[in-house]
Amino acid sequence: MNLISFFKRPNTSAPVARERLKLMLAHERAAFGASDVIALLQDEIVAVIAKHFPVEPEAIKIRMDRGDAISTLEVEVEIPTPLCVNISLNAPKPELKAVNSEADAPRLASSGPKPDSLGPALANAAKRERVDLHIEADG
Amino acid sequence: MAKVLVVTSGKGGVGKTTSTAALGVALAKGGKNVVLVDFDVGLRNLDLVMGAERRVVYDLINVVQGDAKLAQALIRDKRIQTLSLLPASQTRDKDALTDEGVARVIAELKEKFDWIICDSPAGIERGATLAMRHADVAIVVTNPEVSSVRDSDRIIGLLDSKTEKAERGEHMDKHLLLTRYDAARAERGEMLKVEDVLEILSIPLLGIIPESEEVLRASNVGAPVTLSDTPSAPARAYLDAARRLNGEALEMTVPSDRKGLFGKLFGRRAA
Ligand SMILES: Nc1ncnc2c1ncn2[C@@H]1O[C@H](COP(=O)(O)OP(=O)(O)OP(=O)(O)O)[C@@H](O)[C@H]1O
Ligand SMILES: [Mg+2]
Repeated sequence: MNLISFFKRPNTSAPVARERLKLMLAHERAAFGASDVIALLQDEIVAVIAKHFPVEPEAIKIRMDRGDAISTLEVEVEIPTPLCVNISLNAPKPELKAVNSEADAPRLASSGPKPDSLGPALANAAKRERVDLHIEADG
Repeated sequence: MAKVLVVTSGKGGVGKTTSTAALGVALAKGGKNVVLVDFDVGLRNLDLVMGAERRVVYDLINVVQGDAKLAQALIRDKRIQTLSLLPASQTRDKDALTDEGVARVIAELKEKFDWIICDSPAGIERGATLAMRHADVAIVVTNPEVSSVRDSDRIIGLLDSKTEKAERGEHMDKHLLLTRYDAARAERGEMLKVEDVLEILSIPLLGIIPESEEVLRASNVGAPVTLSDTPSAPARAYLDAARRLNGEALEMTVPSDRKGLFGKLFGRRAA
């Protein structure tokens, strides 16, 4: 480095910052910017699942990860374990396994609490099962 | 008609609280009835920046939960008659703020004040969305730096989707406040320029606040920069921004206290 280039040495990192930001935000906006779509999706998924299982809206998390070749939409649903269900869209044949809560709930002697009072108690005591659902798509 | 203004950013430490205090003082000096509401529950700071920390008795959570009347919690500024503060609580229970409670307090404030300025906590979680929920206008505080610009972009998305106004299908008024700006460094290409940030975020510019040691000095003594009778560069920038909020069209400048070589030699302040 000669003297002149030392004095002229530019520290122009701002243009790099600018380009990186533009690129990154183009991606992020497509992902979150569609946060409306994500919110819509969330509502619709809650509605569908709620037909079959008692889920809270907060029990469903949706995340979009956008990659260059492939993007993933991650849907995470928490369901009380007695009502556990497994869904895997990546499996060759989507299988849906549900455990019938009525059939599996222990039957009680007539002196015990009423069966229908057991449901909520079980649900509360149950640890929560996570159901992950991955959808991969070409980006 | 009362206006609810949220000062938000996504990223922490970019100057929300500083801007809330400085703009609040500027608007109140202009004769408006202003209340500053600290939504940063658990990390309250606005009372310190305003120099009112020893006068806090009740806070936002007490009012939201009905343990205190609004009038009991409001702290009237001793220097400016038309300025009040509703402090945040120092207890860490941020879940104590309920949607309905906040809505009720904001509605009550709207009957008393012209401007209700909400100092948002950092982040994009519930605290931030609660603070922006009832806003009519938003100020997005941004530093000329990649992570801040990125977070501002996220916050703009939330303002357009999570606010009551957005949910009613109305347009959310958003303004960019670029703070801690160093014009010389931006000119040398070391820092994002105003135009860069504007191009990326594409919301209208409310003001450019220069990086200045006056800001720290002001918070040290609990007197926002805009209180001074001989306004410093950041104070002038905030005073202009406040006038723009009131609808005035002013030329955009980056005020500076920096003395040029000439100014240094002669000990004068360069314009
Ligand atoms: N224009 C400025 N020039 C110099 N320092 C500044 C400027 N604006 C803010 N600061 C300093 O930056 C720090 C953070 O400011 P402030 O507390 O207002 O940010 P904030 O966004 O409210 O932070 P938080 O996200 O933690 O609530 C403070 O020390 C403040 O003095
Ligand atoms: Mg703050």
